[in-house]
Amino acid sequence: MSKFVGGHVERPEGRAKVTGRSVYIADLHVAGAWLGGTVRSNVACGTLRGFDFAPDFDRNSVKLVAASDIPGDNVQALIVDDQPILAARDIQHWGEPLMLVAAPDARTLERALAAIRPRIDAAPALFDMASSPRAFKTIDIVKGDVTAAFARARTAGHVEIVGEYHTDSQEQLYIEPQGCIAWPADHDGVVTVRGSLQCPHYVRKALMRCFGIAAEKARVVQMETGGGFGGKEEYPSVVACHAALLARAVGAPVKIIYDRHEDLAVTPKRHPSRVRTRALVAREGTLIALDIDVLMDGGAYTTLSPVVLSRGCIHAAGPYRCADTRIHGRVVHTNHVPFGAFRGFGAPQTCFAIERTMDKIARTLNIHPFELRRKNMLRAGDTTATGQILKDSVGSAEVMDAIAQKSGFDRHPWCAAEPNTAGKARGLGLSFFFHGAGFTGSGEEMLKGRVRVALLADGRVEVLAGSTEIGQGTNALFLAIAADSLMIAPEDIVIATPDTAHVPDSGPTVASRTCMVVGSCLTKACAELRARVGGSEQRPWRERALAFLRGCGNAEVTVQYVSPKDVAWNDERYEGDAYPVFGWAADVAEIEVDLVTLEIEVKRFYTAVDVGKAIQPALVEGQLEGGSLQAVGWSHLEVVTTKDGRFEQDRLATCIIPTTLDTPRFDVTLIEIPYAHGPFGAKGVGELPMDGGAPAVASAIEDALGIHVTRVPATPERLMIEIEARDTR
Amino acid sequence: MKVASVRTLRDALSALRDAGPNVRILAGGTDLMVEMESGRTRPESIVDVWRVLELRAIRETQEGVTIGALASCTELLENKAVSLHADILVEAARTVGAVQIRNRATIGGNLGTSSPAADLNPVLFALGARVRLESLRGTREIAVESFVKGYRTNDRASDELITAVVLPRRPPHEKRAFKKVGTRRAQSISKVVVAAAVESNGSDIVRARISAGSVADRTILLDGLCRELVGRRFADDAAIMDLCRVQVDASVAPRDDVRSTARYRRFVLIRILAQIVRDAVRVK
Amino acid sequence: MKAIFDDAQPIELTLIVNGDERRLSAPPLRRLLDVLREDIALTGTKEGCGEGECGACTVLVDGRAELSCLVPCCQVNGCDVRTIEHDNLASIQDAFLEHGGAQCGICTPGMIVMTRAYLDQCERDKSSATIDGAREALAGNLCRCTGYEKILASVLHAARAERAR
Repeated sequence: MSKFVGGHVERPEGRAKVTGRSVYIADLHVAGAWLGGTVRSNVACGTLRGFDFAPDFDRNSVKLVAASDIPGDNVQALIVDDQPILAARDIQHWGEPLMLVAAPDARTLERALAAIRPRIDAAPALFDMASSPRAFKTIDIVKGDVTAAFARARTAGHVEIVGEYHTDSQEQLYIEPQGCIAWPADHDGVVTVRGSLQCPHYVRKALMRCFGIAAEKARVVQMETGGGFGGKEEYPSVVACHAALLARAVGAPVKIIYDRHEDLAVTPKRHPSRVRTRALVAREGTLIALDIDVLMDGGAYTTLSPVVLSRGCIHAAGPYRCADTRIHGRVVHTNHVPFGAFRGFGAPQTCFAIERTMDKIARTLNIHPFELRRKNMLRAGDTTATGQILKDSVGSAEVMDAIAQKSGFDRHPWCAAEPNTAGKARGLGLSFFFHGAGFTGSGEEMLKGRVRVALLADGRVEVLAGSTEIGQGTNALFLAIAADSLMIAPEDIVIATPDTAHVPDSGPTVASRTCMVVGSCLTKACAELRARVGGSEQRPWRERALAFLRGCGNAEVTVQYVSPKDVAWNDERYEGDAYPVFGWAADVAEIEVDLVTLEIEVKRFYTAVDVGKAIQPALVEGQLEGGSLQAVGWSHLEVVTTKDGRFEQDRLATCIIPTTLDTPRFDVTLIEIPYAHGPFGAKGVGELPMDGGAPAVASAIEDALGIHVTRVPATPERLMIEIEARDTR
Repeated sequence: MKVASVRTLRDALSALRDAGPNVRILAGGTDLMVEMESGRTRPESIVDVWRVLELRAIRETQEGVTIGALASCTELLENKAVSLHADILVEAARTVGAVQIRNRATIGGNLGTSSPAADLNPVLFALGARVRLESLRGTREIAVESFVKGYRTNDRASDELITAVVLPRRPPHEKRAFKKVGTRRAQSISKVVVAAAVESNGSDIVRARISAGSVADRTILLDGLCRELVGRRFADDAAIMDLCRVQVDASVAPRDDVRSTARYRRFVLIRILAQIVRDAVRVK
Repeated sequence: MKAIFDDAQPIELTLIVNGDERRLSAPPLRRLLDVLREDIALTGTKEGCGEGECGACTVLVDGRAELSCLVPCCQVNGCDVRTIEHDNLASIQDAFLEHGGAQCGICTPGMIVMTRAYLDQCERDKSSATIDGAREALAGNLCRCTGYEKILASVLHAARAERAR
């Protein structure tokens, strides 16, 4: 029975947030703390020869740490050991960390950073991903026989449609910059870091490698975190290692808080992509074959690129039925600042390409884009590109029906009218997409994520998980799940701070897994605890709990995630059940284009989403609205470019995101087709909204202007070029 | 760094005289504080005039409106005399930043900075404003298009303070326009900004002042276009576009920068000007 | 980089912060943001960018919404400064909590203070708060989490609650 699931619990951290009492890392005053900074490379490729110091620089005023001072391995631990914590010789990107500086105050630090100049022999750098000779990862997904399908094309009367699509990088732009405070090892040899982060156990793993210490000797505590969106998945490990190394050198706590310029310049952003699609379609619109080539720029080091490519490739053929499919993906090395995790994680890039391809097919064959989606969409029982048979919670038809009903897109004469040439042009565009929830394939099994619930001395239940609240509502979500699983009130539950010294590793707070994977462990743990504590349901919980404690009962339950038995994935052939379940969605963007300036205004944005179960509908809406706006911003407004390997937008004045005046009214429809293995039927939803916004806006632009947008962002500058090309044809 | 916070005009002028050449004037700080934070400027000396209340006054006079240099964008857009005589100044002020910036950005600051991307300056050019400068040596007024001399450069001597902007009364048959194209709808620096004041006698344009920003190293008057418009008749819209195209190519060479491209700036400037001309020649 | 703002001889200042008189000594260009967060230990006002672009540092100076990262403290000597810690924000805070106006919370103090300024302006103009009016008022406050929809709803609910009182 659900009292709180499906309803509203107040965020436990909410009152502190609205009264300004939350403690983010920059708010934490630590007496005696020094400030840390980083000396960085000012070229994209080269060899470090040494450092020059300004003549008036007083070396005694600061503490310096170089690569040779690293006690453990000079490796930023993640997937592959190719990224150093500090470059010793080989420089692979602009802004690469070379030396760390700690000073007792801001002025001394700034003076020191200005006084230390690296001596670098620059070398030719590679920035064009298409000509990179080195792939971090290659993935091939093969279903059926694409070559044979194309060979039969002419005799079968099928139509071949080809396209090339490009998406630029995107900045997460969490409003709270990166930062942490590190304490030197205490009398037990424990190094402690508190910081703004999504994954305390990732940071712990990085510290273990940096210092050559065991897990118990590295303690990481998450502070209230002002946004992450993936930008604080892997990068906080970098800042933490830096601060901890300095703390060791100084013998006192060291605080590193990035200012916005540094954050924009050196932290990982969305992987740029080029996706080529070759589609074979029957004249009545059935997809016959899809041949897709995915290329992504990984930047200077591997970081998370293999996993980004993986998700991108698995989603590249879209939520469509297609017997013969081939997807070839590569993520390659360049001398760009390494790209990394950002909500969607490869899927927004490939979703843009396949959705634009579907629109191109629609236009070529003169079939309504809505009908084309409906005709080809995957349904329960169908097989995806990796050969996964969709069994559970497949809301494809439902979201399409809802979006049609809400937006009228199915009755809209898309690209039918001659585009206006004066005043404003209106346009409506559609995207249809899915997003796998949880880690790919055997990922969740390998993570062995765990959740613990335990009784406190006063009878309240403590929820201990490594999952972090970063705005998405983890705390309230766990509160609601625990309350209904234990059948008690939220007041009797405490969500523990994610502190690696106290909470188990639940796996990282990424990949749309917190609710579905960690939440499902939580329901089981709570049910078990409730059964153990027992007692009459009429008695107040705390009484029963105290009685149980007095009876010396085992007041702790830990549950580890176990994949549903019917999930099977072959990592070598990239075949099988890529994800336990998918979330489904359809977006419609309603836009107006100013024909004088080609500026786009997105006036309304409809989204219909199958979430399995909305544990907290207001939180789910908040995720869908926020994620959709990030996608809408990316579609036409957020420009992130590089020059000589350096991000050109190094201040907030130039690295822009939507303001209230750039934002559409949102119309969110939640659809619930319960997923059997999710808590109360819930599936992952965090990343899904990032996938559909850009193609929906591009589709609307095509409707308004008649041009086939192939690049994200579709800025006025780019639209102008397309329009001039069209008008001279 | 030396900082002198003054409360009277007299004290401000004395401080400026005493400070020497490397002094910066601090008003609302929306430019100077940002310049300092970014490391682009490190003044030796600052004269803080934010609390010189006599410089905030906006007065309607026989001649028009006299706006104190420290009038903020918010004060401009709330003022009746400004609305009456300088409607496009209100429009422009409304596009500056957002509420918080408008509470601090001043008309004198916009002029003193003389950024080519300034939002208010093109309006002052189009309306034929005069800039009043004072020092202990005396007072002078100069036409705004003579005041702005180059990239972030103007005619102010180091001991002078901009104290007012003087705008003429609104002529009876003058159509005005303001258009800013930014990177987004609020809190944005312009890609192109245009202000125009076009006076007609019922059938012909008799006088035009059209100014553009962000298309050159400074705010400019499009003199050539303005001259060509006087008494001109147009056969059709294409003729208007042609004139604007020719004049834009003759007078400006916009550049690529982090916000936009030369090609787009040219494209948009021509179209905005064409629309302004179209509206101006429309029979009433 | 902000050490430059502390690079002058300190001056004596008196501010009224959230109704309390505060006397302190600070370099004249020291940002009001740093005076609040470090000298007075009121860390509710946040720094998102240091360049006046994000609005997270919004405070009310003599009732006007200003960006405290751009305000040198010499300019607020004798002024009334109100921050998120002020006690006249309850209906706005309740509305943000009830209607999903805060997700990660980092923009929230600036949003709530700006909402206070907007509602006060509506009061002065004798006009009602509207979605479009709230959009204009909050255009200088960036949020990356919410998509603004529930922030705007929270503003309207707060306006309704205050009118009811």
